[in-house]
Amino acid sequence: MIRALSITRSIHDWLYSSMSENMAYFIEMVLIAIVYLAIFAVAGLFLVLIERRVAAWFQLRIGPNRVGFQGLLQTMADALKLLSKELTGTEKADKFLYNLAPYFVIITALMALAVIPFTQDFQAFDINIGILFLIAISSIGVIGILLGGWSSNNKFALIGAMRSGVQTISYELSIGLSLLTMILITGSLQLSEIVEVQKSGWLIVQGHIPAIIAFMIYMIAGTAETNRAPFDMAEAESELGAGFHTEYSGMKFAYFFLAEFINMFIIAAIATTVFFGAWLSPFGITESIPILGVFWFLAKAMVLVFLMMWFRWTFPRLRVDQLLTLEWKYLLPLNLMNIVIMALIVWLNLTIQF
Amino acid sequence: MDTTTIETNFRSEEYFINMGPQHPATHGVLRLLLTIDGEIIKKVEPDLGYIHRSIEKMCERDTYQQIVHLTDRMDYLSSNINNEAVCLTVENALELEVPDRVKVIRTIIGELTRISSHCLWWGVMGMDVGALTTYFYGFRDRELINDIFEETCGARLTMNYNVPGGLMFDIHPNFVKRTKDFIAHFKTKLPEYDKLLTHNVIFQKRTKGIGILTKEDAISFGASGPVGRASGYSCDVRKHHPYSALDKVKFQEALKTEGDTYARYLVRIQEMWESLSIIEQLIDNIPEGEYRVATNAVIKLPKGEFYQRVETARGELGVYIISDGVKSPYRLKFRSPGFSNLSLLNHIAVGGKIGDLVATMATLDLVIPDIDR
Repeated sequence: MIRALSITRSIHDWLYSSMSENMAYFIEMVLIAIVYLAIFAVAGLFLVLIERRVAAWFQLRIGPNRVGFQGLLQTMADALKLLSKELTGTEKADKFLYNLAPYFVIITALMALAVIPFTQDFQAFDINIGILFLIAISSIGVIGILLGGWSSNNKFALIGAMRSGVQTISYELSIGLSLLTMILITGSLQLSEIVEVQKSGWLIVQGHIPAIIAFMIYMIAGTAETNRAPFDMAEAESELGAGFHTEYSGMKFAYFFLAEFINMFIIAAIATTVFFGAWLSPFGITESIPILGVFWFLAKAMVLVFLMMWFRWTFPRLRVDQLLTLEWKYLLPLNLMNIVIMALIVWLNLTIQF
Repeated sequence: MDTTTIETNFRSEEYFINMGPQHPATHGVLRLLLTIDGEIIKKVEPDLGYIHRSIEKMCERDTYQQIVHLTDRMDYLSSNINNEAVCLTVENALELEVPDRVKVIRTIIGELTRISSHCLWWGVMGMDVGALTTYFYGFRDRELINDIFEETCGARLTMNYNVPGGLMFDIHPNFVKRTKDFIAHFKTKLPEYDKLLTHNVIFQKRTKGIGILTKEDAISFGASGPVGRASGYSCDVRKHHPYSALDKVKFQEALKTEGDTYARYLVRIQEMWESLSIIEQLIDNIPEGEYRVATNAVIKLPKGEFYQRVETARGELGVYIISDGVKSPYRLKFRSPGFSNLSLLNHIAVGGKIGDLVATMATLDLVIPDIDR
């Protein structure tokens, strides 16, 4: 639970003193859910705006700069527009699954957000299988994409969904194994303990060469996992129109869209936690002010998010078979070898620690 | 369960998919009827006619000056070269000798048109293989050419700058300076194109060995322009049947022998360099003189058949006029490069993946109004 910030502390105390324990627990859960939903919405809209500004910067354009100061409210306006749009769909779609699909995507994104350690104690659930939970949750998201593509009764959507399924299932392995490489150092799956270990040096420094390889594999696989260019097989607008969400409109489309950006943030957040010391400041310069941890965390995550945007606006798209070749013939064997190297380094105590 | 039922349960099935007429990769209203097995293309059947405007029939109604205006709307990316083709045909039929100044200006503007068309193609090529940023880079440089055109004749795309007998106006005083500025600018930007796309590993993987067209096939399908030249078929009309001032300049015909998508890409990049060199040879010594020779207000061609071919950005454009001596042609036929180039799509795309089809189609550089007319 949230403990570090004194206001949440006092709310917590007041709730537990004024009502029964179960009731207080329930209300607290609801409050946290609302807070996270707000973070989710704001972060999603903000990331969309950043993406558009970064894309514009790469493409010799200005980007959205009319609504609000420097276009800050542009995505709000877009969201309002999407909310007020008519929901159209295909007549022969499987209505139940068609309507269910966006929620799969968005709920899994939201669930993954719950274990992200924004700063000390600012983490909704600090469970002892944190990393496992994240990997497990992120692989559920693909069900939403598969359902959406399949149930909308459109061949382009179906091709997109199948591509996405193939891709996500393959790259899950790389994500899992590259994180596993780092867990060899920490010896724990719990995110707060992973951060604790990094007080004597970020894991990317502690694990040096294999850690850097693991990080590179993680970033490639993470980009693929979120279906972003150069791995945007599922959408591939020049090939499939809009891919799996061809038949979605209005807010249902916006769910897919927002979830993509939240997933990007989650991938960056996991990388920040596992490789770059989460909220820890470089060389411990602001250790005494814990609230600044949020700043450090977001700053590191944003650098990685920028990296992913950089990929997207620079590289051409891979073909679907090349995508699988890359994973199964290159990344996976490299990853397995990397784990052995990391195990040797940990066993021989060759990690760098300050 | 015996084996036969297993086989029937898990049979793979070819399915049919409609690519277009509204689809981002068909660049207009081309409709492709695809038969696909999973991701693999089994058959591509182009379905034309969505933007057919009977330009050839309308030509039978119009005077020769008016016909020039219609040709802008065929291959709108090389509109000036289309204009030039009709003007050359009419001038040849009338045995009219245009001044050297006209020839040189026509050639310079023709090559600028080619560069601008290839710029757009390069941007769209990148977009088709998924690199969206190229689109804006291509358009940035294309804008400068369009600005020159706008200053020269008032239009940016459908220029109508040529008339039978010469040009509609003389060039703007700024023309030479701005063209030189553009050449200097574009020489720094073309290497940037290579950095961004040509040398990219993913791009090379996507294009090398894809959509291979042999030289024999290129000839038998009537491929022309960069598509034919990438297969080793030397078919540059500018080289073999020079028109306007092209016999006075030295340039290399961009030839590759691989015949794959990457070769077609490289041929177009090299053509941009060659076009720059052609302009550079001519820009400094545009001869003085008249920009137009007087013709009758109503041009009547002598009885007979006349043919003229030019090299547009897409390949060989032929203009075939049958005249029976009156103010409009009895029959006018355009041999458009896009039509023949599209006809070989099925031949080279079958067996590839959907992504390959899109990349291959991008290097054919189709302009649909050119195919449908």
